[in-house]
Amino acid sequence: MEFHFDVCGEDYSLAGSASSMIKKKLNQLGLPPLIVRKTAIVMYEAEINMVIHAGGGVVDVHINPDDIRIILKDEGPGIPDIDRAMEAGYSTASDKARELGFGAGMGLPNIRKNSDDLRIESKVGEGTTVTIMVKLK
Amino acid sequence: MYKQSVQLIVDKCIGCTNCIKRCPTEAIRVQNGKALIISDRCLDCGECIRVCQSNAKIAVSDPMAIIDDFDYKIAIPAPSLYGIADSSVSTDRILTGLKHLGFDDVFEVATAAEIITKRTNEFLLNNEGNGPFISSSCPAVVRLVQVSFPSLIGQIIPFISPMELAARLAKERAGNDKGKVGVFFISPCAAKFSEIRNPHRQEKSRVDGVIGIKDIQVKLQRLIRSDMETEKLASASGVGIGWGRIDGEARALASDGVISVDGISNTISLLEELENGKINQFRFIELMACPGGCVGGPMTLVNPYVAKSRIMDRWDTAGAVVCEDCGPLQDISWTEELQASSFMKLDDDYEKAMLMMQRLDLIEKTLPGIDCGSCGAPTCHSFAEDIVRGRAVVTSCIFVLRKKIRQLTEEMIKLEDVLPYRLDKDE
Ligand SMILES: Nc1ncnc2c1ncn2[C@@H]1O[C@H](COP(=O)(O)OP(=O)(O)OP(=O)(O)O)[C@@H](O)[C@H]1O
Ligand code: SF4
Ligand SMILES: [Mg+2]
Repeated sequence: MEFHFDVCGEDYSLAGSASSMIKKKLNQLGLPPLIVRKTAIVMYEAEINMVIHAGGGVVDVHINPDDIRIILKDEGPGIPDIDRAMEAGYSTASDKARELGFGAGMGLPNIRKNSDDLRIESKVGEGTTVTIMVKLK
Repeated sequence: MYKQSVQLIVDKCIGCTNCIKRCPTEAIRVQNGKALIISDRCLDCGECIRVCQSNAKIAVSDPMAIIDDFDYKIAIPAPSLYGIADSSVSTDRILTGLKHLGFDDVFEVATAAEIITKRTNEFLLNNEGNGPFISSSCPAVVRLVQVSFPSLIGQIIPFISPMELAARLAKERAGNDKGKVGVFFISPCAAKFSEIRNPHRQEKSRVDGVIGIKDIQVKLQRLIRSDMETEKLASASGVGIGWGRIDGEARALASDGVISVDGISNTISLLEELENGKINQFRFIELMACPGGCVGGPMTLVNPYVAKSRIMDRWDTAGAVVCEDCGPLQDISWTEELQASSFMKLDDDYEKAMLMMQRLDLIEKTLPGIDCGSCGAPTCHSFAEDIVRGRAVVTSCIFVLRKKIRQLTEEMIKLEDVLPYRLDKDE
C-alpha cells in the first residue's frame, strides 16, 4: 500500500505532519509498537531534514507485507560529503533552524540507528533522495 | 469493555457537531440526531463536557448515599479539594467539614502523593538514562497512551495512583474491628470513577466509591462557615497539596529535567513529539488531561485557575517538605503490565487490516474532504473508517447522496428521451 505526501518547505510548524499520519496508519494496521516507534523516528527526522535543509519535497511511503520503505526526494542544495553528514554532531543548520531546536547533527545518525537500511543519493545543486527501510519482522 | 463515566443526557442533546469535533480520540458520533460515545475509545478526559453548549454531557459519580452501605466510612479527598477555599481556611478546617458530612475518618490523598513523590525519585535514580518517564497519576493520560501512543507504554512509571495508595493506608489505619469499612474518593475527576471500575493494573481497587466534589461542595462550604470546631486532621505538606494543580507533581520531585503539561490537546502534542524521539532531554514528564491539572477536573465547580492559585498559596504556607515517616514503604508497583488497547486496529489480522485500509483510502477519495460533520463523524477520514468497520453507510454523506440523486435524475431524463413517441410534439 502506498502513500504520497507533498512536504512544504516554508512552514516549519507543519513539519512532521506526514510522519504523524503514517504513524496513525501503522497503529491502525496493528503493527508492533516497536516498529511504529522506529518508523516514526526515522520518518520524522528525514522529513524535518527535507524541510530545514532542502526547502521541502515529496515523500512516498510503501507499506509492504515484510517491510516499510520511505523514499524522500527533494530538489535542494544536495549534500557534498555524505559520510561527513552521517557523523553525529555534524550540522549545517541555519540560525533559524537552530532557534527552533534543530541542528544537533543527530538526525541522520538516529535514522541509521532506527532503520534496517538507509541509502542517500545526492548531487550538489540538484537534490537529495533518501531511502529508508524498516523491516516488519 | 471499558465503562466510562461520561454520559449523555439524551433529551438535552441537539445533535450538533461540537463534541464530535473536539474529542481527542474521535470517540463520539452523532447517530439519529444524538451523540453516541464509543466506550472503548473514551478517555473520560471530560473534554466533551467542557465544549457541549447544551450541557448534555455529564460525568457520573456515586451518590452520597453510597456510604450508608458501610459501617465505618472514610473519605479520601483529592488534593484539588483544597482549591474550594482560599488559604485563610486551613486544610484542617476543610477536612473537619468533610468529616461532618457523615464520615468516621478522613485520610488525605495528598499524604499518599508525598509517598509516591519519594518513590518516584528512587525510581528515576534507579532508571537513570532510560527515560524520559511519564507520570501515571492521571488515568485519562494513561488511557490516552494505551489508545493512541502504544509505543510509549514502557515509559509510564508503573506505580499505583495516590488515590489507590491512600485507600490502602486508610483501610490499614481503620484496622479490623470496625465492621464493613468503606473508602470514598472525593473526586474532581471523571476518569478516576472509571479507573476503580476498570482496574487494569491491579486485581481490585481498594476504593469503594467516588463522590464528585461538585456534589458536596455547597454543603461543605456551609459547614466551613458554620461554628463547627476545627479538628486536627491534616498531615500533608505543601508538596502533597501541590499535586492538586499542574506542575505540583513535577515540582515535588525537586529535581532537574522535569516538564509538566496540562490540557488534553497539549498533552497529545507532547506525546507526539516524545514518540518522534524529540524530547529526550527530560527525566520526568507530568501530563494532566485537565486545564490547570486536577483543579480543572470535570467534577469541580471553582474556576480552575482560581483554584490553582489557592493551591499555590497553600504550597507556600504549608511548606514543601516531604513527610519523613509516611509509614512503611509499601510495594506500590502495578501487579499487571499495562496493555496497549487495540481499538485503533482495523483488524487483528495484518493482511485483512491492510485490505480494509486500502478500501478506506478509496472511499476517502470519493468524499469531499471538508470535514463538515453532517454525517455524524468528526472527519471525512473517520467516516470512511466507520464505513469499512461496518458502522456507517456512505450515503450518510450528504455530498455523496446529492451526487447519487443527480446521477439518478440524469438517468431518468435520459430514459424519458428515448421514449418512442414524444406525444407532446405533433399535437
Ligand atoms: N535533505 C537534505 N538536503 C541537504 N542537506 C541535508 C539534507 N539532509 C541532511 N543534510 C545535511 O546533513 C547534515 C546532517 O543532518 P542531520 O539530520 O544528521 O543533522 P541536522 O539536521 O543538521 O540536525 P538535527 O537533525 O539534529 O536537528 C545537515 O546539517 C545538512 O548539512
Ligand atoms: S487531570 Fe486530574 S482530574 Fe483531570 S483527568 Fe487527570 S487525574 Fe483526572
Ligand atoms: Mg536533521
